[in-house]
Amino acid sequence: MTVESDLLQITLQSLFISGSAALFASVIGLPVGLVLGLKRFRGRHAIIGVFNSLLGIPTVALGLLLYLVFSNAGPLGFLHMLYTPIGIIVGQTILVLPIMISVTTETLLGVDESIRNLALTMGADEQAAAFSVVRESVGGLLLAISASFSRAIAELGVALMIGGNIRGITRVLTTSIALETTRGEIALGLGLTVILIVLILIVNAGLNILKRRVQWWLWE
Amino acid sequence: MRRESRIIATIAVIAVILSGAAFYLYLSQVEGKETLTISTTTSLYDTGLLDLIKDTYEQRNPNVILAFISAGTGIAITHAKNGDADMILVHSPSQELAFMQEGYGVNRKIFAYNYFAIVGASADVVGINQTDPIEALQAIYTYGHAHNTSLWVSRDDLSGTNSKEIALWTAAGYNYTELKDEFWFISSGLGMGSTLNIADEQSLYTLSDIGTYLKYKADGLITLEQLVAEGQDLLNVYSGIAVNSITVTSIKFALAMDFIKWLVNDTAQALIAAYGVADYGQGLFLPAVNIIKDQAPAQIFEWIRDYSFFDEGGQLYECPPAWRSGDFGLYI
Repeated sequence: MTVESDLLQITLQSLFISGSAALFASVIGLPVGLVLGLKRFRGRHAIIGVFNSLLGIPTVALGLLLYLVFSNAGPLGFLHMLYTPIGIIVGQTILVLPIMISVTTETLLGVDESIRNLALTMGADEQAAAFSVVRESVGGLLLAISASFSRAIAELGVALMIGGNIRGITRVLTTSIALETTRGEIALGLGLTVILIVLILIVNAGLNILKRRVQWWLWE
Repeated sequence: MRRESRIIATIAVIAVILSGAAFYLYLSQVEGKETLTISTTTSLYDTGLLDLIKDTYEQRNPNVILAFISAGTGIAITHAKNGDADMILVHSPSQELAFMQEGYGVNRKIFAYNYFAIVGASADVVGINQTDPIEALQAIYTYGHAHNTSLWVSRDDLSGTNSKEIALWTAAGYNYTELKDEFWFISSGLGMGSTLNIADEQSLYTLSDIGTYLKYKADGLITLEQLVAEGQDLLNVYSGIAVNSITVTSIKFALAMDFIKWLVNDTAQALIAAYGVADYGQGLFLPAVNIIKDQAPAQIFEWIRDYSFFDEGGQLYECPPAWRSGDFGLYI
């Protein structure tokens, strides 16, 4: 493999792994966030508090816990997820899920109560009123997705401890940066850093464009 | 209502398509191939030797993927015990012996050696240049005690290099655990490269494997000099050990043995001997298989034997007969 094809492969692998993680976190986290943000029930604020405090979980700590769980000697060893991209995806999904849920919930809670009341007084039923709240929150929901993706692609602990930084299989941008730095290939490490930052910028710019489109589409 | 369903349907379709594509991508990468997971010490991996070995071996065995996990010797052995690695490549005879005594390792084969070096700033305030390692450490200890300045940086991470360092301090008459409390003694807790950087920035002495040192030096990252080098006390021996398939049933024993057999054949040994000569003016690793087979050159063989062979019934073996499994023609 040449350096260029290695670089391309690592970049694609990063996008694929962290993109999948952000996707799965959205599929699970958005509905949970919607429920927490829109429905009123007993224990709701306790649950919101739990997810808020999970925002700060250190990636190495999660990496270590998941290593113990996924290890062949651990409870989920039979799934053979250690040192596979699937393992990293699962780990990063768990890592960014609290971001997804908390940002979604907070955004929905932040929408002015009057919007919902206005919809209700104009003859909308409960569901339609809830929808008008969601419509006001599109920007925050997309922020949740972009924050999740950025945290996933920029984290090192889970990718290193669950993936093992195996060339061609679980090597991603952050683990390559760490490796090339210990190898003394500072220039290469710096190049990878630039790629990583540009990727994050592109994805966020893309989501920003999408935000305008979605808002326009929802209002028709 | 229709709008909501439309949004949900769109998200669901995108999710299904993307995750399907992702899964396909992953399958196509590993399809029909067997992965041999090898936990290895950082000095072998970070110097790039194992990348070369991986490419050469995979060319010969297109159905095998060599997956190297680069970690210190300590964590490499833990991986192997947990069944997360099929074999290990390490350089710490005392830790290897414990690993094999506990029944986790079989068919140990020494495949390379080189030397550790005590490196430091060219000013060499203590004056250890050209002394022997034990004297050098004693001089560093005395100087450190007399002057109020940091002097030595230790990796302190239970890596092979760190366990060599502990053995050297012990041989010099000091207790490593107590040394860590001395104000001149710095514990980095980092890999070799980062530790060399610290030593370079702060003009400290440290023990380094020669491979990482030469690479950093040649790349102009450090200006440290080799002050005490080569000699019996600084010998560094690398061996491959397969995980015992009776103790840890999930591992790929046949695959591991095939790789070990390849690693000690003449092609691989020539590859190891030539690695780095063009870039660093000297080889980073020296092949060990023929030295052990021919017992020559006698001095090097005796050093390797005394340092890294294990005792069984009063006789020294690179792998005592009790810890051999199957006949792979590895031992004479």
